[in-house]
Amino acid sequence: MWAILSILVENKPGILFKVTHLFRSRNFNIDSISVGTTQNPEFSKMTITTIGDEKQIEQIVKQLDKMIDTIEVKRLDDKKTVYRELVLFRVKVSKASDTMEINNIANSFGAKIHDARKDSIMLELTATPDQIDNLQELLSKYEILDMAKTGVAALQRGGD
Amino acid sequence: METISGARALMKALEKEGVKEVFGLPGGANLPMYDELYKSNIRHILVRHEQSAAHMADGFGRVSRKPGVCFATSGPGATNIITGLATAQADSSPMVAITGQVPVSMIGRDAFQESDIIGIANPVVKYSFQPRHASEIPTVIKKGFYIAETGRPGAVLIDIPKDVQQNEAPMEFPEEIKIRGYHPWTDPDVTAIEKAITLLLSSSKPVILAGGGVIISSAFAELQSLAEMLMIPVVTTFKGKGAFPETHPLSVGPIGMHGHAEANKIMAEADCVLAIGTRFSDRSVGTFDEFEKHLKIIHLDVDPAEIGKNQTTSVAILGDVKASLRIFVRLLLQKATKKSEHNAWFEHVTEVKEYWRQNLKLHPGELTAARILRKLREVLPHQSIVTTEVGQHQMWASLFYDVIHPGTFFSSTGLGTMGWGFPAAIGAKTARPDLPVVDIAGDGSFNMTENSLATSVLDNLPVIVFLVNNYTLGMVAQWQRTFYDRRMIGVDQKHCPDYVKLAESYGAQGIRVGNLDELGNAIKAGLKSDVATVIDIPIDPEENVLPFVAPGTSLKDMILPS
Repeated sequence: MWAILSILVENKPGILFKVTHLFRSRNFNIDSISVGTTQNPEFSKMTITTIGDEKQIEQIVKQLDKMIDTIEVKRLDDKKTVYRELVLFRVKVSKASDTMEINNIANSFGAKIHDARKDSIMLELTATPDQIDNLQELLSKYEILDMAKTGVAALQRGGD
Repeated sequence: METISGARALMKALEKEGVKEVFGLPGGANLPMYDELYKSNIRHILVRHEQSAAHMADGFGRVSRKPGVCFATSGPGATNIITGLATAQADSSPMVAITGQVPVSMIGRDAFQESDIIGIANPVVKYSFQPRHASEIPTVIKKGFYIAETGRPGAVLIDIPKDVQQNEAPMEFPEEIKIRGYHPWTDPDVTAIEKAITLLLSSSKPVILAGGGVIISSAFAELQSLAEMLMIPVVTTFKGKGAFPETHPLSVGPIGMHGHAEANKIMAEADCVLAIGTRFSDRSVGTFDEFEKHLKIIHLDVDPAEIGKNQTTSVAILGDVKASLRIFVRLLLQKATKKSEHNAWFEHVTEVKEYWRQNLKLHPGELTAARILRKLREVLPHQSIVTTEVGQHQMWASLFYDVIHPGTFFSSTGLGTMGWGFPAAIGAKTARPDLPVVDIAGDGSFNMTENSLATSVLDNLPVIVFLVNNYTLGMVAQWQRTFYDRRMIGVDQKHCPDYVKLAESYGAQGIRVGNLDELGNAIKAGLKSDVATVIDIPIDPEENVLPFVAPGTSLKDMILPS
């Protein structure tokens, strides 16, 4: 089971270390992580996606909640949440027709093209992790030379 | 606001917290605080190794239920207390460790005696602080004590760079503090307690499983009232040993890997358990799935993360043990519910108990675990405090030393730290100099911190080391005999050292005994002595701890003496 956790923490040094250490020491998995400041400079928001069974995820939430530096820990319902990740791919261009094909794939996903060269193209997509996986699968045919993901950012619709 | 140094502010803040003793060892990076300690009214108790300072603070904290304080310098001084922090944290013991650190400008440059102790200690503390400005110290100390002693207590580390100790700043000492991400108190959950009562009353074979939380919150009277009103037999975890008087008719004793046979039998037969302040450790319950089969679990705990961690619960009650048990008792009084002594379950429990107390086969000989520990119980005043080390002697203490006065038995049960019992006993004696304190020890464990004899003698903290001596790492030897076909390796201490001479070399009293009468006299001599007494009790290295629930099996599969 895949879960999105939204964790409001004190904006102090060392908190990211403590949160990731908790995952390691409790034998939990981090699928992706993103951290950023919030509208209140005293707080940061971490969004962690994780994989585990129901009992494990409940335990992760409880252990995170127990941490003194966490202000609020929420498990977001993915059906009521907007969640997006940004990815950059650099894809190899081997022959002239590749450029056209890659452009078509990019268009169908709503991905932006950056840095188009004769031997490679860079694509940018902001989408759900599933859509990014789909794009990756299609691009792998042309050989992905490099890629970078940001981790998921998520907000529940209409507040809580 | 007065302008003083960080080190002076530290001492003032400790005095405001009511600290009268600190256990520690000075070094380069904590010299400024030691200089202020010299000028303060706080007593310094010098250790011979920082690990012992941490264990002393832990022992002090468990007995007084106020954080014990230890000091260590940076680098190796700080890394030496890690085992002590982990031990206290694993057993929810309130403790504040204060370490020196290299000056702020040197942090991260691999300076002499620099260690990233905040990073190293992270997984074994409840919280840690590293103030970067002297003015932060009063608030950091206030918060540190607050976190250490509230909710589920634990170990707090405060790491103070040397220049932060030295620098002067205007100091404000807060009377109260709030930490927005920390909510240690929840009101007792009356609705859940009502559900729990209904479930207990509708069960035909209920038991109470009392854990360490009962001892931490000192809920002895409440637990006893509840058990007596409902006539529910009480088993304990090993950490909960002594949460309930073990001579009480409803007491069945500790369950677990080396639990009492009768307790494991009754636990396996029960249909409903009220588990209080326990985390369902694998050592207590055996395999998790087997334990919860055919059993409805009511779990009361102050730590929400413990509920549902190892066992599935039918009723979860979040809250302080003492406050919640008071509600149990009050609701039962309102309902005028009281069960009679003449119920089939209580009668059955009594029969099982009597059977095993009479029929458990004991090791032959005069100086055996059962006989020496029963002798200790016979001679020792009821209020005496007992600590243990870790190993066979610890499990024998669980089996054969009955705690009569609740909350007088302490052991490193979570981390299982050999060498804990002796310094913890010295810490306990510091907290309660009016009471006799005994460390039930094994030779292997005593070896690890025996240099605390110097502290015991020189700082006038006399305790008794009840040394169950088989000159063997006995528990490992038992596993090698049981599971490794007697391939004994790394367990024989080859009759080294001579513990009488060892004790005497520190100015302590050493007594070797050859029979039970001599043992009784030695305990009496220890109770009267002004210095520590090491009683060397030779036992048969072949003696096993039985019953034994092998790892990965369930309580009903325990191995009994053949």
